[in-house]
Amino acid sequence: MINKTIKLSKKLNSCRDAFGKALIEAGEKDQNVVVLTADLEESTRVHYFKNRFPERFFDVGVSEQALAAIASGLANYGKTPVITSFATFSPGRNWEQIRTTICINKVPVKIVSTHAGINVGEDGATHQALEDIALMRVLPNMVVISPSDAEETRKAICAALKTKTPVYIRLPRYETKMYTTPRTPFEIGKAVCLWQGKDPKVAIMAAGPSAVKALKAAQTLSKNGIESLVLNNHTIKPIDQEAIVNAAKLTGCVVTIEDHQIKGGFGSAVAETLSELFPVPIEFIGINDSFGESGKPKELLTKFGLTAENIVEKALKAIKRKMI
Amino acid sequence: MISKAGSGHPAGSLGMVEVFVTLYFDILNHDPKNPDWPMRDRLILSNGHICPVLYACLAHSGYFSPKQLSSLRKFGSPLQGHPERTKLSGVEITSGPLGSGLAQAAGIALAAKMDGMRFRVFAITSDGEHNEGSHWEAIMFASKYRLTNLTQIIDRNKIQLSGNTEDIMPIEPFVEKYKSFNWHVIEINGHDFDEIKDAISQARNEYQAPTAIIANTIPGKGVSFMENRYEWHGKAPNKIETKKALKELVSHDK
Repeated sequence: MINKTIKLSKKLNSCRDAFGKALIEAGEKDQNVVVLTADLEESTRVHYFKNRFPERFFDVGVSEQALAAIASGLANYGKTPVITSFATFSPGRNWEQIRTTICINKVPVKIVSTHAGINVGEDGATHQALEDIALMRVLPNMVVISPSDAEETRKAICAALKTKTPVYIRLPRYETKMYTTPRTPFEIGKAVCLWQGKDPKVAIMAAGPSAVKALKAAQTLSKNGIESLVLNNHTIKPIDQEAIVNAAKLTGCVVTIEDHQIKGGFGSAVAETLSELFPVPIEFIGINDSFGESGKPKELLTKFGLTAENIVEKALKAIKRKMI
Repeated sequence: MISKAGSGHPAGSLGMVEVFVTLYFDILNHDPKNPDWPMRDRLILSNGHICPVLYACLAHSGYFSPKQLSSLRKFGSPLQGHPERTKLSGVEITSGPLGSGLAQAAGIALAAKMDGMRFRVFAITSDGEHNEGSHWEAIMFASKYRLTNLTQIIDRNKIQLSGNTEDIMPIEPFVEKYKSFNWHVIEINGHDFDEIKDAISQARNEYQAPTAIIANTIPGKGVSFMENRYEWHGKAPNKIETKKALKELVSHDK
């Protein structure tokens, strides 16, 4: 899809709210959907589901390990459980239960975690999950999705609930700009081309809400006579190898951006793909081997380089490296 | 089996023979010809390392040929070192890492309650496993949701991998702990068929709380040099030891 006239709305939307409402939509269609949380009903927005379907809602208390294993049992029986917490606790604390009781056991538990990324803000380093993509994408049988806005969150939840595999969906805490519509295509495992200028010189690949910043950067680059291609890689595993390789072939260099550690994250997945199939220079934007800190989301995103300006800078650097 | 495999966990497996035999051949409502039958009772083995006793019961129930038992832990065998649900018919959950089985059993029991299914869920766990905090999370959950269709049978053999349970991490007073977590508790001799059956039927008639049956067992039961010795928690006998052990076990049969 080529879209040069994409309009970014000024209105902010919450992925968490979209998640909570999508659960009601899914719960109405499918009696088997059950929702569990670990004492974070409102923060993860599953209280909407609780109010609508109290008989299908369970609070396990602050016990994320039991959260994963109980859900495994429910799925083993035939239910479709959705478990929610903050990403730093689930999958942070219950990784082994997810590995053994969900992934090796091969049961369709859907793990949806909010507060993923530095955008968590004021809560500080302990509550800013920057490692969850790495933790989840290393697990066989697991699908990993990082939706880029509220509408895509809704689609991701509905799509995930239809699959028979374990799925991990990471959501931000802060409100994000909505740029997709109900008509924007969404398919698990298929990256979406958001922008493609004529004869693009660099591919910007984004996972999560950073996609909007990638679009802004593409606009800035275009104004300065440099055309680019922007991919929204909402699915990190299985990664869309075809779209990534095609974009690399077309442009010859890549910038990746994610609100996560660079090591082991989305950029690493892109690098694994390209180093094997079509090596090109890659510039990575993400958190570079450090923990976060308290502050306003915008202050932190700026400090750690998750900005459109930094994408432009890294794009120019990638283009330069290609010429060496 | 364990001797041929060259590694494995004989003590716990031997100590739980009577419990497993009672369940598979006297209690469980199951159909080896139709292992996915939705109405079947579920036997959830949490301490997966004692899978030799599970495999033996599954084979002799008719889930697969007893001839396959000698392939335990061998390359390509569905009888994995720790049981895997997706690899062997009759295995309800993948287990081995301790402290997760009771939670899975609770999840299945909860689902059954939601749907008004009348089957029962039996979780086999171990005393050493109670070192895991996650096990206590499941204990609280089962009690909160009054999972009366869930029966936990705990192998109280007083040993764990590197020593006696009371030296590694004391669990006593065990019965009182469960009572204070609002479970219905029954303590039995885990080698007495009548006591096992009786406790399970008491659990069936409990309508207020989940039941914990603390089965006092002798690890390595039936083999004199293994009995009550934690050294045999996770070690395979050599050829001479195997011969001696089998001779002793056969002599008990007579």
